[in-house]
Amino acid sequence: MKKLSALLIAVALIGCGSRSDKGGSGGRTLIQNKGSDTLVNVAQAWAETYKEVDRNVAVAVTGGGSGTGISAMINGTVDIANASRKMKDSEIEAARGNGIEPVEWVVGYDAIAVYVHVDNPVESFSLEQLAGIYGDGGATEAWSDLGLEIPGCDSSEIVRVSRQNNSGTYAYFKQAVLGKTGEYKLGSRDMHGSKDAVDLVHNTPCAIGYSGLAYATDDVKMPCVSRGEGTECVAPTVATASDGSYPIARPLLMYTAGQPEGAIKTYLDWILSDVGQCIILEKGYAPVRAVSCEEPA
Amino acid sequence: MSSRDPGQAAALDRRDLAWYVDKLAQILVFIGGISGIILILGIFVFIGSEGLPFIVSKLNIGEFFTSPLWRPTSEANPTYGILALMAGTASVTGLAMVVAVPFSLGAAIYIAEFARGRTREVLKVLVEMLAAIPSVVWGFIGLSIMNPVIIKLFNVPVGLNVLNAGFILGLMAAPIMTTIAEDALKAVPEGYREAAEAMGATRWQVVRNVVLPAAKSGLVAAVLLGVGRGFGETMAVLMASGHSINLPTSPFDSVRALTATIAAELGETAVGSDHYRVLFTLGILLFLVTFVINLTADLVVRGIGKK
Repeated sequence: MKKLSALLIAVALIGCGSRSDKGGSGGRTLIQNKGSDTLVNVAQAWAETYKEVDRNVAVAVTGGGSGTGISAMINGTVDIANASRKMKDSEIEAARGNGIEPVEWVVGYDAIAVYVHVDNPVESFSLEQLAGIYGDGGATEAWSDLGLEIPGCDSSEIVRVSRQNNSGTYAYFKQAVLGKTGEYKLGSRDMHGSKDAVDLVHNTPCAIGYSGLAYATDDVKMPCVSRGEGTECVAPTVATASDGSYPIARPLLMYTAGQPEGAIKTYLDWILSDVGQCIILEKGYAPVRAVSCEEPA
Repeated sequence: MSSRDPGQAAALDRRDLAWYVDKLAQILVFIGGISGIILILGIFVFIGSEGLPFIVSKLNIGEFFTSPLWRPTSEANPTYGILALMAGTASVTGLAMVVAVPFSLGAAIYIAEFARGRTREVLKVLVEMLAAIPSVVWGFIGLSIMNPVIIKLFNVPVGLNVLNAGFILGLMAAPIMTTIAEDALKAVPEGYREAAEAMGATRWQVVRNVVLPAAKSGLVAAVLLGVGRGFGETMAVLMASGHSINLPTSPFDSVRALTATIAAELGETAVGSDHYRVLFTLGILLFLVTFVINLTADLVVRGIGKK
């Protein structure tokens, strides 16, 4: 099977010569798909399954980060760019400068959970409290400011765990919690990778951190988050990310160059169909709408 | 035979296979010899051309060196202040030297002057093996072992700080410092020691009053190379320092190093953006500092010969 698919891709490469994605009439087609590391596993699963749906289309998936995918879209070297953040205005301008009009597609959602140490008694956060902890000018420096006492954290100092500043998670958390013009308070521990952030929270009683729900482990606690005092506190789950009730859920995006046609359009329609959406659910992210999926046999 | 003019000698040579092999070997060795120079010039030209236009046209040098605000990805108001990053690198390297200097000089003196036979060989191998541990492994030790230990031991909120990174960096720099310091001690002529012993000096008196003063410049060079090593180290510092923009006031504060900033941020910046350029500016700065440190170490070592 592996050999066959390799052959198929090879044939597709030779067969179309130049990428015949615009017309897609009859010939075998290769779709280039690149970008976000958050989405890469899902994108690969889609590409694998799609081979059985349409044998005439091969999808080549590469990761590298949202920024990488978006620059490839700007330079016109991919058909579909994956991103866990929206394109910035400057990036859209740059693409238009190259004669490319990026079109955005929401293909799923990812809840960004707030993590604390298992010994931390906190049960809930409001967005306002999170902004007080993380935001520039926020006054919350100690757990005692929130009326909490944590075993193993005598100084009561809040150890803020964040991410490196080019991560999609960093950018989305900033926008969702601190607002468009907000900045992070300097002095947070900026971990390189979601897993490191969760690890540090696990080892540090005073810590608070954030990361995608897919990185949750039993060693850390995820309090629920409310939009404001008095409103309902929502736990981060696939379901609450999908129906939009969890306040820090980000859309997972795909960008195409202009309105897609032919094979690319068929592929995107398939991704948004029940079959495609069940695959994203299986990988631990939220689908764009409620779907009923059969348990894998 | 030995005093013959080389041009004349070449003319007399026969052009047989050995002659061609000889020429080929000469060319290969020459290329090997100058490749270092070509590479270093190439690297300098590359980081210079990526960073210099930005320095000249956009960078506010005053803010760059005096502001602790590093917010390169802010959309509204990006600031490029590296004071906190420089303080981070300096504090971690400083603490690393506090750890590494006594450890490595002690080890070097013991290996060169006191240890004999098997002990000496085993020690030398073990010290060199320390140098073979990859830096990401050191970083991992800092992140998962030292962090909880420091929290428990000192009752501080987080263990990823100057102390953690400095200690780890000290252990990383110690092997190379030990090796160079030992070479410096070995280079002191045996006659010095014999003369001192003949005058009734004890072993320690010989070391303290004769060998150490004679090897002084070599030992200084060893320390300087250790500083250079600490300055340039990236991965372990990234993982153990907390990577937090902070002006440290105690060893228990988290900090962020210049090198770690480049490593963490360069991967996803858009090529040609201001953020990309400012990271190359950091690269130029690091390059200049390590260049000056290594040059100083080299000059100090050469100082031995002049005396």
